[in-house]
Amino acid sequence: MSVMPPLDSSRTLDVSLGPQHPSTHGVFRMNVTLDGETVVRLQPVFGYLHRNHEKIAETHSYLAAMPYTDRLDYICPITNNWAYALAVEKLAGIEVPERAEYIRVIVGEFTRLQNHAALLGFLAGDLGGWGTALLWAFRLREKILDLFESLTGARMMANYMRFGGCRCDLPVGWLEAARAVVRDAHGQLDELEALLTGNEIILARLQGVGALTGERAINGGFSGPVLRASGVDYDIRKVDRYGIYDRFRFRVPRGTAGDCFDRMMMRLLEARESVGILEQALAGIPEGPVVNPKAKQRGLRPPAGEAYGRIEGPKGELGFYLISDGTDRPYRYRVRPPSLINLTLLEELCIGTKLADVMVILGSIDIVLGEVDR
Amino acid sequence: MNEQKTSRWSESFAGRLLSGLRFPGAGLVKGLAVTARNFVGSYFEKDRLLTELYPEQRPRLPENSRSFPFLIYDGNDPEAGMRCVSCKICEKECPPQCIYIVQDRDAAGKALKRPRVFNIDISVCMSCQICVEVCPFESIRMDQVFEASSYDRFGSLVLTKRDLLKSNEYYHGIHPTEAAETDARIEADRKKKEAAAAAKAAKAAETAKAAAEKKEAPAA
Amino acid sequence: MSEFLETAPVWLKDWVLGLLAGFGVPGWILDLVAAGMVVGTCIGIFLGLFALMSVMERKILARCQNRYGPNRVGPFGLFQPVADGIKMITKEDIVPAAADRVVHFLAPVVMMVPALLVLAILPYGRDLVPVQLDAGILYFFAVGAGTEVAVFMAGWSSNNKYSVIGAMRAIAQMISYEMPLVIAALTAAMVSGSLAPQAIVEAQGPAGFLPGWYVFTPWGFVAALIFYTCALAESNRCPFDLPEGESELVAGHLTEYSGFKYATFFMAEYIGMFAICGLFVTLFLGGWQAPLPALGFVPSWVWFFAKVCAVAGSMVWVRATLPRLRIDHMLGFAWKFLLPMGFVTFLAAACWHYAGRGPAGWLASLAIVGAAYVALSANFSRRFSLERRVYQFSE
Repeated sequence: MSVMPPLDSSRTLDVSLGPQHPSTHGVFRMNVTLDGETVVRLQPVFGYLHRNHEKIAETHSYLAAMPYTDRLDYICPITNNWAYALAVEKLAGIEVPERAEYIRVIVGEFTRLQNHAALLGFLAGDLGGWGTALLWAFRLREKILDLFESLTGARMMANYMRFGGCRCDLPVGWLEAARAVVRDAHGQLDELEALLTGNEIILARLQGVGALTGERAINGGFSGPVLRASGVDYDIRKVDRYGIYDRFRFRVPRGTAGDCFDRMMMRLLEARESVGILEQALAGIPEGPVVNPKAKQRGLRPPAGEAYGRIEGPKGELGFYLISDGTDRPYRYRVRPPSLINLTLLEELCIGTKLADVMVILGSIDIVLGEVDR
Repeated sequence: MNEQKTSRWSESFAGRLLSGLRFPGAGLVKGLAVTARNFVGSYFEKDRLLTELYPEQRPRLPENSRSFPFLIYDGNDPEAGMRCVSCKICEKECPPQCIYIVQDRDAAGKALKRPRVFNIDISVCMSCQICVEVCPFESIRMDQVFEASSYDRFGSLVLTKRDLLKSNEYYHGIHPTEAAETDARIEADRKKKEAAAAAKAAKAAETAKAAAEKKEAPAA
Repeated sequence: MSEFLETAPVWLKDWVLGLLAGFGVPGWILDLVAAGMVVGTCIGIFLGLFALMSVMERKILARCQNRYGPNRVGPFGLFQPVADGIKMITKEDIVPAAADRVVHFLAPVVMMVPALLVLAILPYGRDLVPVQLDAGILYFFAVGAGTEVAVFMAGWSSNNKYSVIGAMRAIAQMISYEMPLVIAALTAAMVSGSLAPQAIVEAQGPAGFLPGWYVFTPWGFVAALIFYTCALAESNRCPFDLPEGESELVAGHLTEYSGFKYATFFMAEYIGMFAICGLFVTLFLGGWQAPLPALGFVPSWVWFFAKVCAVAGSMVWVRATLPRLRIDHMLGFAWKFLLPMGFVTFLAAACWHYAGRGPAGWLASLAIVGAAYVALSANFSRRFSLERRVYQFSE
């Protein structure tokens, strides 16, 4: 924690940003104390979206908790499902067939692609870009959500992963539609890049703002693109090699300055890497079952024990910690929310910056309040 | 920073000219060019405008799209052809507990294999489809009706058995592939049961014949 | 035919006045009627343009963003301003209890009146100038600065700390951008040799294979860009809309305004935008001059309004593309880049004129503005650390 100077309350101005605010990505409140235009103190207040997710999961069966995980990070429902399914599979020792793993990677990378595109749009909107980048990003996202709807039945709350695989197989023609979307993806990312990355106004507003060193990021428990923007080479897909990620060739970008511009560029570069992974996975997907036939979904009673399943979600490390006592309900169910943990150092990042920068820093960390508050 | 330029715009002359610009302010010019291209393109390129002009244009729902559950009946009579046997598994497994079932009883009080009351509160239902997955009798499926708003929160948003019962033909209309698979499964089950019943009947006939022969033999 | 169209407005006014004089109406009433007709036409046209602009802006923005704009009210949504107007008028007018009521009421009026007054000196056509003033440009800037007072009146009278902060930022922005605006305008006035808008337009007469408009000269191009940027800032439009588009601090100086007062501010802003576009067209785009002599059959007032609409459309295009500047960037840009650039352009215009307006003059002025642009932007980039970054990847 940085040392805060004594505050002279006759000079400073207390502003409450939120909870209703166009730029706070959800119901999130920041009590900011300003000295002129500069921030001298920032206290985040959250909990406006708390929905007792962990308690609900502890009073319901393992299968019943799966649709609730959709609603955690509601922009990336399928990766939430995947992390939870991973945790239960570790707990109960369930294997996943190969076709299911390929499908998991495909829908997971589609989720990452639409999340990063949406983030570029939201960040441009925070900067005052009047929605142009957002609507272009949503054009890409619409096509991906259409793919999800034809596969899972719902555009967002997919409820698609099951213990030991996926809920249902790919419908006829889905692979061709997915390949068409992937072919267009580079062009749409090019447009976003041409609009955003060379723009001098964006460079002036994002470079040098909210710089986070690698050491502080590691100590703060950061993960995901924010950590990599600070120069730390840590991607759980490479570290844990969960699923079949070790079969695909993809690079992990690293930043240098750890400021908002690097964080934005991380998302853009990772989106391009996701397109690469998608091309490989869509080309190599084998035939086979999509769920382990020996795995029980309804009435699953894992043996007593504990397990921690984590994935490299689009926001960071999303983990589920489960303790089972042998019954059909978890004894303890805990979500490690990347958005909340990435907000730990928000005050430190914002002190000394201007008020306009606070929104930009918050936007570049990429939070979803469903995950912060659960 | 950008390794893969695989779009037609980047490879076109204008794209390469603009991306090679390096004077101060070039980024702003590039942005303006991309916006102009989108403006012109929105009139000529079909896939740019993704807006569906609802309600003049009906939304194109994919086959698997789901909104709220409904019950299936075979034949023409909803009550007689209803597949649900009131096993209450969906009520138990539903995560938000939005299903309410009361089993039917006959005049003597014996339980019948049909529900008397089957209510789903769609203001609570989160369309998770778990009831469909756990039903052993292929009797509850997901509908595609999404225009279900009403002014009355507690009355009109609780669907009763009568509201929920829809025919198998309707099911074929909205989810053809799934309905065909379901029908094939039901057919296969029925054939298996018939074969088992036939085998059992044949075995019983044989045992009876053997018993009859045995009875005759000591008599003989 | 084109002659008739060209002189139709003047002919119409003379016909009405002749008719009235035939009825024995005294001279001073005739003067009043003449003035009333001119003022009424002017305001009517610009209010119509404002209504059209409010819907076209939304539709152009929408098309840039790959969606339809308003398309429910009327054909292609063109009656949307009617719906907006009805909404604004029927809204409740809320004045905060602790606000200064008189100033709160006067602020929209003080904003609207200068915006309408400056329309008087713009040359809409060959003979269509409402008021012939020899110091027309001076009048424009003097009266136009009244809108800045209105912004501060709005912020102060609301008795709301966020409004005051927003209003102070708005004033800082508007004052900073007045300087380069005036210098760029003076460049064109100096070369024309007069402050009267009609004379400036006539000095941009047809020449050679390029129109003689000042925007087609090196110093004129730069001066036009400077003027355009400052015009965006004076109208509080993107990328300079920090005062009004405050996504950080509520809504700035307009927080406590609702209903018809808000509509008045909105109208005043757009009419001010059209007025500055009109001055831009007058100074740099040749006013009512046709680009080629062959196209002279189109009436001059059609050319003027077509150019004004094109410039307004380009402002919408800029709004769709560029995000907002932060306050320190905005003020730094004005004082450290635009103002020195304006002075250098002034010098370059003088060189161009004294080198005989020929190829030597062109080269000299081009060299001067080019060198200044490179030097100033290098300085600016260094101060605000705009760098191109290279990223590393790991396998």
